[in-house]
Amino acid sequence: MSFDILELPWLPQASPTFKERCRALSGETPELGTELVALATARLKSSQALDFARTLRRLRQDKADLSPLSPLRLAILPSFTIDTIADHIPAACARHGVAVDVATAEFDQIMQTALNADAGVFQQRPDAILLLFDHHWLGIDRFEADEVEDGLSRIATCIGHLRDNVGAQVIVSTVAAPPGTLFGNLDRAMADTVRGSIERFNKQLFELAAEQGAILFDVAALAETVGTARWFDPAAWYLYKIPFAASCSAIFGDWLGRLLGAMRGKSRKCLVLDCDNTLWGGVIGDDGLENIVIGPGSGPGESFAGVQQLALDLKARGILLAVSSKNDDAVARLPFAQHPDMLLREKDLALFQANWTDKPTNLEAVARELRIGLDSLVLLDDNPAERAQVRAALPMVAVPELPSDPAYYSVYLASAGYFEALSFSEEDRKRADSYATDAKRAELLHEVRDLGDYLSALDMAISLRPFDSVGRQRIAQLINKSNQFNLTTRRYTEAEVERFERDEGTFTLQVRLRDKYSDYGMIAVCIAGPSDADERAWEVDTWLMSCRVLGRKVEHAMLRALVDAASAAGRTVIYARYLKAAKNHMVASMFDDLGFERIEETETGDRSYRLAVEAFAMEALPHAVEAD
Amino acid sequence: MGEGEILEQVQAVVADQLDRDDVALNMNTVAASVDGWDSLAHVRIMIAVEEEFGVRFDMSEITSLGNVGDLVRLIEAKQPS
Repeated sequence: MSFDILELPWLPQASPTFKERCRALSGETPELGTELVALATARLKSSQALDFARTLRRLRQDKADLSPLSPLRLAILPSFTIDTIADHIPAACARHGVAVDVATAEFDQIMQTALNADAGVFQQRPDAILLLFDHHWLGIDRFEADEVEDGLSRIATCIGHLRDNVGAQVIVSTVAAPPGTLFGNLDRAMADTVRGSIERFNKQLFELAAEQGAILFDVAALAETVGTARWFDPAAWYLYKIPFAASCSAIFGDWLGRLLGAMRGKSRKCLVLDCDNTLWGGVIGDDGLENIVIGPGSGPGESFAGVQQLALDLKARGILLAVSSKNDDAVARLPFAQHPDMLLREKDLALFQANWTDKPTNLEAVARELRIGLDSLVLLDDNPAERAQVRAALPMVAVPELPSDPAYYSVYLASAGYFEALSFSEEDRKRADSYATDAKRAELLHEVRDLGDYLSALDMAISLRPFDSVGRQRIAQLINKSNQFNLTTRRYTEAEVERFERDEGTFTLQVRLRDKYSDYGMIAVCIAGPSDADERAWEVDTWLMSCRVLGRKVEHAMLRALVDAASAAGRTVIYARYLKAAKNHMVASMFDDLGFERIEETETGDRSYRLAVEAFAMEALPHAVEAD
Repeated sequence: MGEGEILEQVQAVVADQLDRDDVALNMNTVAASVDGWDSLAHVRIMIAVEEEFGVRFDMSEITSLGNVGDLVRLIEAKQPS
């Protein structure tokens, strides 16, 4: 696989009803600003970007309240055709927390406009003025052009005039070097080649901007990131005077959006990290410390180490780190405390949320505890279902899409521009350390969140089958590996599993689950059989589930299958037990929650239950059951 | 994709770019006769058509377009066969 930055792959796909949703927006729309952010935080085609721009203009004309977006008036002075590029700017700005109002000066009138404080583009006093030009305007488009000093002096004049007469923040762009060489490898060393001149220009522009208080918009870096061979489109230049390929307009808009967002203080402040399969390969609860994959020695291990190193770099520049993981707290902390190849340690984290509550509730707790807004958070999570849930519940949290290959996690996060900064101070450097270094837990406001349509929106399909030879190996694996969601922790060899398989008097269940994002494979096992004590009854011998599918009502589906089978076998009662073990306290009350009657609890913490088969009624479940 | 389908999709793109619901194109329509289809709209439409159909036009191909029919035939010729 590869990373196509022009797709902005960290953004989710646009809503299929994008156009209709834009049209429906008005000043009366509740949480209008948030809806605009949700719409804009997607991969948009040029027609969608244009729709968004028009919608924003209409809403502004109607004087709609666009909060929490910050307004910003931008005047652009372009040396080239800007219109099709500018179409992408409003959506990109909304994505980064800004409601932008763009005015553009006439084509190729940078000097004239900059020197004329009465120009139309300044009529509505802008907050920022962007000087946008390319190497053609500078005259650095041929060998020995000798225009670098002149170009810098023109820009200095513009900035000076704008600063003195218009008083807005000036933003000035660096210039991309076109592909193609004159000498070859020598071009960079020769001061007067196009490449050599542009490098000199950019370097001195950087110094000039610092002197004059202008902000740099580094188009050169963007073009290099995209690849100048892809960035430049000679046909677009010759035909329309558009300086780069149309397919680059979206990423161009996004880079500008980040800059303007940073100007308005909207850059994100905290990176919240999922753990399993995000910071390490595997699931710590199922696989244990010895089997998670992190560190040197394998591609995946190094990929996850790369993510951790990026997190540490972000921390070093003042971004807060937090963990939010679906795990037992003690279990989740194990790798941080004990695994030698982990780069992140508990001391690097401002908060550590490991529990079984949903991510949106945890993220709200993180924001509250750190005293920052939800719009300051970025969630890095490999699980598409979790990402979708957070996006739906908390649209202000940034949730990058991630590819299936962890090798690309770091570059996705580092390319999405959530943490754009205009400066770096001592205070920034020390910020992460000034939070408690004991990786504390934030209190949750509600233990149970109304998941609403989230579960049905997952399009889950569940398969419930008796043991068979195909599933035998995986069944044995689950029986022997599962600790946390294991009610009785009985271990069986594969041979014993085969015996259960063949015994017609035993009820066996292997459960598989998939949803629209992933196929989880086999995730639960149940074994029940005639009770020794009571001939009307079955007794549950084994009941276990993988941590991955908590909160999906899998246990309800299992119970329904068990009850149906018991009833068909003429049984009227089902007995079950919870046998307390080192790691299974999570499921101590599972049978209570499923409606079993608790008969007894021993001193050691074991519990016994019974369920009357006829009295049993099951609620509607959000899975489609796959028939054999 | 046949000519009819392509024409329909081109019409949708043009309607979108011009922000109008009432755009009706046939194979003989010239840009000048469509309200709002000025040179700037033309650039937007060409970019959107390339995006929608996943094709790239040469400079000479763009400058030689006389009417909507030329555009439709050009798109059809560029479809993978």
